[in-house]
Amino acid sequence: MSTPAIEILGLTKDYPVGFWRKRTRRSLDHLTLEVEQGEVLGFLGPNGAGKTTTLKLLMGLIFPTAGTARIRGRSIDDVGMHRAIGYLPEQPYFYDYLTAHELLDYYARFFGYGAAERRKRVGRFLEMVGLATAADVQLRKFSKGMLQRAGIAQAILHDPQVVFLDEPMSGLDPVGRREVRDIILQLKQQGRTVFFSTHILSDAEMLCDRVAVLVGGKLQGAGAPGDIVSMAVHGMEILFEGRQGRELPRSLAERAVHLGGRYRIEVPEDELYATVEHLRTCEARILSVTPVRPTLEDYFLRLVGREKSQSHAVEVLVR
Amino acid sequence: MSALTAVVAINTFREAVRDRVLYNLVLFALVMIGAAILVGQISIGIDRLVIINLGLSAISLFGLVMAVFIGVGLVYKEIEKRTLYSLLAKPIGRQQFLVGKYAGLLLTLAVNTALMTIGLAGALFYVGRPFMRSDLSILVAVYLILLELALVTALALFFSCFSTPMLSTLFTLGIYLTGSFAADLREVGDLTRSPLLKGFMRALYYLLPNFHNFNAIAVAAHGETIPFSLVAQNTLYACAYVTVVLLAAAAVFSRRNLK
Repeated sequence: MSTPAIEILGLTKDYPVGFWRKRTRRSLDHLTLEVEQGEVLGFLGPNGAGKTTTLKLLMGLIFPTAGTARIRGRSIDDVGMHRAIGYLPEQPYFYDYLTAHELLDYYARFFGYGAAERRKRVGRFLEMVGLATAADVQLRKFSKGMLQRAGIAQAILHDPQVVFLDEPMSGLDPVGRREVRDIILQLKQQGRTVFFSTHILSDAEMLCDRVAVLVGGKLQGAGAPGDIVSMAVHGMEILFEGRQGRELPRSLAERAVHLGGRYRIEVPEDELYATVEHLRTCEARILSVTPVRPTLEDYFLRLVGREKSQSHAVEVLVR
Repeated sequence: MSALTAVVAINTFREAVRDRVLYNLVLFALVMIGAAILVGQISIGIDRLVIINLGLSAISLFGLVMAVFIGVGLVYKEIEKRTLYSLLAKPIGRQQFLVGKYAGLLLTLAVNTALMTIGLAGALFYVGRPFMRSDLSILVAVYLILLELALVTALALFFSCFSTPMLSTLFTLGIYLTGSFAADLREVGDLTRSPLLKGFMRALYYLLPNFHNFNAIAVAAHGETIPFSLVAQNTLYACAYVTVVLLAAAAVFSRRNLK
């Protein structure tokens, strides 16, 4: 069996709080997780869940209170291991006196590439993230989205085997998000391991082999998106247009949601045919019929809600 | 110095240049031009003394201001702006980064000092004085100023690893001022009858860097030779002190959680 790309073993991080810094606040609580080589793992969780803390621990930017982790079998304390990894920090900020080209050239130097190889790589990755035309613009003139693109380029510049991306879609417009999705898929096709944190659940559902959900510093569940949420159909969604000048019957109108000239109605599966028949008699034009399944978002919101109610219960007990 | 350290050092130098730090040279040039014109008009026979004194003092002061104000932000700014995050994810250790930042500022100071020394030579040339062999002591004095700046930079970098720029400035300048009067501290201690105070003053004398020893401005201005033994002794002292301070900085920084 091959060595996992990432092994996290009981990783815990406490931060000192208060004036005397004697009390501690637990940001990450005994996180244990494995990511196989070539896998894309979405690391999900609300703000303050401990996602960025986990990534910072793995990058050696902060030190664990307890536990350990290995990347491709090597300890996270081993600086040499960083040759095989790439990292995009959350809301990245770079030396703003450099141009995009200079920034990537600077980072490429840490991997010992010669001048010709650096020039080739920098050009290729600027092209890949859509910054080729802004190569000679100083980063202080970059928008948030452009900085994010530069951040992605520096993370993958050296063809790392394991890529860590902290909120890679943050600050990007829809086109940018799609481009980042394509880059992640491309990395996957090349057999690289991608570990990315996100709030955007649809991206996780679309890209990930597995997702891990972190709430309140604790891992709530990990698995394939399809395994985590039940695939059982909850109902059917019908999208339709009413006939011009004709009112919908009250039985339908009460249940339908009006969406700019169209209606959406959700019915139990066994009522589907009867409802379609009813709509036909009203001369409604049926646009689509879609099964309704619970999404990762439903699962995620349920977990967050449960955590909140638990912490509220603890607060009440403490009082 | 490893290749990775050199990469950081060159980038630190580039940052200083792009942040227009070397613009201080314009001010220095103005001071030198003003002094040369003024001295040419009012002083007879002491133009050499005045120009060298003023020039070397300005080189020392400008260098000190740069070493402190850039030095205290060297690490702090990287942490605050989070530029360090993507850098430390590369195969470079924290110690290498620290030494690179130090070397980068030292390079900036060396270039700045060299250009100011050329300015001083220009001012001396302007007042119509031929260059003499004794002028070599000006270069030696400049070298000693650089050693002093290397020490100040190391102290600023050390404080920058765990403190805010304002506090680091206070600490660094505090040590610089106290260290400039280190010999006086020992003498004050020797004059007192309290053994405790005497011991404390002696401890300060030995612990604090003795900046007074790096000051050879007056000797150079009077055209006297600066003994080689003093230069060698100061070089060894500065190297040893800088090593200890950088090791302390590395010890603090290698355990620091970046927020």
